[in-house]
Amino acid sequence: MSVSKKLAGKRIAITGSTGFLGTALVERLMRCVPDCELVLLVRPGRRSTVEQRARREIFRNDVFHRWMEELGDGDRKAGAEPFWAQVERRVQVIPGDVGTDGLALNDEGREIMSSCDIVIHSAATVSFDAALDLAVEVNLLGATRIVETLQDLEVTPHFVGVSTCYVAGNRRGDAPEQLLTDSPFHIDVNWKSEVAAARRTRSDFDAESRAADRLEEFRARARHELGAAGTPLLSQKTEQLRQRWVSEQLVEAGRARAASLGWPDAYAYTKALGERALVESRGNVPVSIVRPSIIESAWAEPVPGWIKGFRMAEPILISYAQGLLKEFPGVPEGVVDVIPVDLVVAAIIDVAARGPEDPETVDITQVASGTRNPLHYRQLVDLVNGWFTENPLYDKKGQPIAVAKFSFPGRGAVERQLDRAHKSLDRADRTLKRLPLRGKQAMLNAQVEDQKDQVERAMGYVKIYGAYAECEALYGVDNLVELHDNLTKKDQAELGCDPAIVDWAQYVTQIHLPSVVHHARVKTTPTRSDPDDRENRTRKKVLSPDRQLAAFDLENTIIASNVVFSYAWLATRNMGPADRVKFALKTFGEAPALLALDSRDRTDFLRHFYRRYDGASVAQMEKLGSELLADHILTKAYPAAVRRVREHRALGHRTVLITGALNIVVDPLRPLFDDVVCTEMSVRNNRYTGELLSVPPTGEVRAAELRRYAAEHGFDLGESVAYADSSSDLPLLDAVGYPVAVNPETRLASIATKRGWLIENFTKAEGPTNRILPLGPLPAYKKSRK
Amino acid sequence: MSKNRPNPRPGFVLEVDRQTPPILFHHGEGFRMEKLPVGRSRVIYPPEPLHGIKDPDAAIADALANPIDDDPLAELMKPGMKLTIAFDDISLPLPPMQRPDIRQRIIEQVLDLAAAGGVDDVHIIAALCLHRRMTENELRHAVGDRVYEAFAPYGQLYNHDAEDPEGMVILGTTKHDEIVQMSKRAAESDLVVYVNINLVSMDGGWKSTATGLSGYQGVRAHHNVKTMRHSKSFMDQDASELHRSNWRQGEVIKKSGPRIFQIETTVNTNAFGSDGPMSTLQKREWEWTARDRATFAGMQAGLKLMPSGAKHKAFHNWKAPYEMTSVQAGEVEAVHKKTTEMVYKQHMVPVEGQTDIVTMGLPYLSPYNVNSIMNPILVTVQGLGYFFNLYRGKPVVREGGVLIMSHPTPWEFHPVHHPSYIDFFEQVLADTTDPIEIEKKYEKQYAEDEWYRHLYRTSYAYHGVHPFYMWYWASHAMEYLGGVIVVGGDPKAVRRLGFKPATTLNDALEMASDVVGPAPTLTHIHNPPIFMADVQ
Repeated sequence: MSVSKKLAGKRIAITGSTGFLGTALVERLMRCVPDCELVLLVRPGRRSTVEQRARREIFRNDVFHRWMEELGDGDRKAGAEPFWAQVERRVQVIPGDVGTDGLALNDEGREIMSSCDIVIHSAATVSFDAALDLAVEVNLLGATRIVETLQDLEVTPHFVGVSTCYVAGNRRGDAPEQLLTDSPFHIDVNWKSEVAAARRTRSDFDAESRAADRLEEFRARARHELGAAGTPLLSQKTEQLRQRWVSEQLVEAGRARAASLGWPDAYAYTKALGERALVESRGNVPVSIVRPSIIESAWAEPVPGWIKGFRMAEPILISYAQGLLKEFPGVPEGVVDVIPVDLVVAAIIDVAARGPEDPETVDITQVASGTRNPLHYRQLVDLVNGWFTENPLYDKKGQPIAVAKFSFPGRGAVERQLDRAHKSLDRADRTLKRLPLRGKQAMLNAQVEDQKDQVERAMGYVKIYGAYAECEALYGVDNLVELHDNLTKKDQAELGCDPAIVDWAQYVTQIHLPSVVHHARVKTTPTRSDPDDRENRTRKKVLSPDRQLAAFDLENTIIASNVVFSYAWLATRNMGPADRVKFALKTFGEAPALLALDSRDRTDFLRHFYRRYDGASVAQMEKLGSELLADHILTKAYPAAVRRVREHRALGHRTVLITGALNIVVDPLRPLFDDVVCTEMSVRNNRYTGELLSVPPTGEVRAAELRRYAAEHGFDLGESVAYADSSSDLPLLDAVGYPVAVNPETRLASIATKRGWLIENFTKAEGPTNRILPLGPLPAYKKSRK
Repeated sequence: MSKNRPNPRPGFVLEVDRQTPPILFHHGEGFRMEKLPVGRSRVIYPPEPLHGIKDPDAAIADALANPIDDDPLAELMKPGMKLTIAFDDISLPLPPMQRPDIRQRIIEQVLDLAAAGGVDDVHIIAALCLHRRMTENELRHAVGDRVYEAFAPYGQLYNHDAEDPEGMVILGTTKHDEIVQMSKRAAESDLVVYVNINLVSMDGGWKSTATGLSGYQGVRAHHNVKTMRHSKSFMDQDASELHRSNWRQGEVIKKSGPRIFQIETTVNTNAFGSDGPMSTLQKREWEWTARDRATFAGMQAGLKLMPSGAKHKAFHNWKAPYEMTSVQAGEVEAVHKKTTEMVYKQHMVPVEGQTDIVTMGLPYLSPYNVNSIMNPILVTVQGLGYFFNLYRGKPVVREGGVLIMSHPTPWEFHPVHHPSYIDFFEQVLADTTDPIEIEKKYEKQYAEDEWYRHLYRTSYAYHGVHPFYMWYWASHAMEYLGGVIVVGGDPKAVRRLGFKPATTLNDALEMASDVVGPAPTLTHIHNPPIFMADVQ
């Protein structure tokens, strides 16, 4: 009897249908088994219903393109039911979560579940660097939860669990299709205590992450990354770092626990224990287990090269092609056990159609290529190398990237090499961040960070996948071949699962690599990607008439000056030569302390510094204001920035200057903007008091001011632009839809680059000489007395 | 000033032969010595500086007491009258002269007469039209500390503000529909005494009041491409549409404006003095003594070592030992006739025929960058506006010929003085260099820009429209010439101007021969000191 006949009228529940394997499985069942019905157990998304999720993540996937084409329009092709009608009729999507006891099913879900004839469990956290507890909840407990729910519902459908060949652990030699407990290498650990331990590990690390010194460390790191970005942003970052630290510890814990028991990673370890838990808890539910090896793109079905997602060997291949990964650990004569996804799908369907071999025991089918049709590591490397030599990727400048020849070093050598690179980049990063760089020089740091990220990624790959490349177990596939042989001739062609069919040279060079390169969206043509192009496009968006509001910072955005310089100019304007020297020396002496205060907290700095204006005459300051504009502000201004403000105005955008500078300094610039929000100082007896009327608009206060301003005037911040120069302006930049970093200092440069913000490097007008400390010009009467 | 100075020699034209030494080219804040092609080059040398009047104060007193076609100034001073004294701004003379400035000498005497006549209501205005405001130091230099301290603190000595909505009036329109605009204070005065320094023949006359005390509405009548292209040259009053337009506006002032008492002066061309390091620049190369050569070599070596800031300061601190060669007062047109005669007497050099190429070395200074930076647009106006137009009859270069000028042309701007220049260079010239298109597409926008207006009125910025006028000034040359090459300029800046950059004069000559043919003839304008070519 054919497979489709056996499965006709059957209702099949599937978990993990949004995953790579699951989606392929849904497609194959829909297309090749016309009379079955599917129940998809889907976890509700944060913002979408399970139906929406299924539609978006499963049925709109290009995996269905072939079938849709075969169905045609439905109206013209007599008899053929249109695609969406079939989906409507044959598929039921129910909310559920294998990570929760009872699968989080509602009553309807339970009812539907209890009506199923077959349950295929393919949900898993396949990410090789999953957190220990997460892997335990999903991989270890998932299958058990399902069979327990089925027992609870008092039904006994055929349970087909998808596992992995790597449950056999890191070892050389044969790994036949048998239960782990039957293996002579079996290590007896209690899966229940492993679950408890994993859960405890999470709370332990969580507790540790909240210790005072840890929190202090996260705060320091947040400050290192963001600078003086204000308390709200820094706290947000600190909490982010804490959570990341906890999950990093859990990943590491998972890897360590797996290694201690002889598994390559937490995935294999949890899957292995999951199998044992399943066997123990299955009760009277008949169970079959399918263990694929490394699943890669399709050999033929639905189309050669079909793949979903990008998380297994693909990143390694692309990194290699990009010249990033020059070595990868592995044994040249070793076997890389790769299996095309369509063979795995076929095997699962065949097992489901065949039914449990013996309801008393658990039967196991391994879907692997290593023993039947091995692909050796050297062959793979040669194929990949040859293919990328003929079809190189191109770098940003349009130059082809030459791929390296592997020398098959041990994992340690590669790790050491990467570690050295990482350390030196890390040093460069730290050094650059400490230097007071701006604009183009600061962009250097962004580059270093980018390289550091790349090396970190490469290190990750080596750590995670290195173990697999070194694994020399040979997975027996006798059951698989028998399964295939028992199919009808027609089924062997349509739903065959014998890995012998794969021609590796053809698979690697004509199917898999083209598919991977296509999905990775990398440069495969020598056209020079012009970064200016992107910049111009972004600039065009910033200067679109649709924008509503443009907010500007003053210092280092419009003018190359700061509050200290303005003060120095004003203070010395009426001083004689001797006093000037004294003033300059005093100011230079204070400089380090002032700078340190500024980098800690801008508001404190401003408050502290503005005390100096205590007692200054209001009338005199007003008089000096316009002179300050001519002699100091305009000399230090960036003409392009001034032009930009005016461009925004010409486009009908409201322009607003939001600055921590004092009104005395800002007043002459008022005509340039529609509005000005600045620091105001209180006045007593026509003299400044040195005390501020309100909190100066810097950091988060500046963002708040902008929000208040936008709300008051009815502007949409999403349609607004903000210009600023430093990471202390992050709250302001974050608040708008179109942030622009102007002459960014190091931290902002890296952040802006990562987020794809427009970066403008405005320069001062060439010509006027630079003064280290700008002093006011000598008064004419003092000069003529000389 | 030695008593027995030899009589100044007239200007002349040197034909370059094998014996001719390398010729001095000014080159911004530096110099170049260039060998010119033998047998087909000529150099026009300016006349030597005329002798100055020995007692300028007496001459001024005499001019005020015996004006031309007018009553003595003392008789015009009446108690209770409104008196306005207007004077030429920082753009004259070039370079600024040593103290005491002629304006100070004259204004002090005018004020003495006013005091004697019982005049209390006196305003003194720097007639700068759309130029930048003068700083306190510059005003003190022009009028002297005594006058400054007596008037400035009371708001009676100030810069003209052509954008003061309350401060400007329209006097009427000419028969050509040209608007005549004037400072309200001047227009409402019983008497306007204008104090002029006439450096070149386009200065003075009705231009002093019709332009100097006017605003955008008034000067746009003649500061446009059409007028400038019909002024051949604008230095030659008989052939200048600019001159005619100003004179038409003068008619309106005569009819509906205040009474004008014009005081004009001329100075000689003693820009660099007869001794001191700069004096060599005023000598003819083959007459350089061993000492001159040593001084020059020393200066060149020094300039090479100097940081650019110090070099800039050294040049801009130079004050010319100009001497007054004439002073005349009274009715505007009669006075100006005499003034022009004196200017021609100092400047005119007869030249025969035209050549294929004209070369010039542009100095560090133009009328618009005193105490400032000579930006690329000012380089253009200095070469194609001023130097090119210093002719009577026809240009020294034939139509379709090539102008080669030497200047470093750095991509540099003074952000305080020339903010609209920066945008003109970055925005307008990046789009087009065609004067007509520029005038049509961009002038209004820059002229009426609020920010430029703010900077012009409160800071020290040239008016927003000023760079356009610079470009119009050069439009006659741009239309007439077959090409412009800049030697030793910043290539990027030069290309932005629409000109061709060359590293050496020889390269430039090679490039020029693509336009004018092989073995071209060449005229070098040995300016400064200034002269005017009378081309037959």
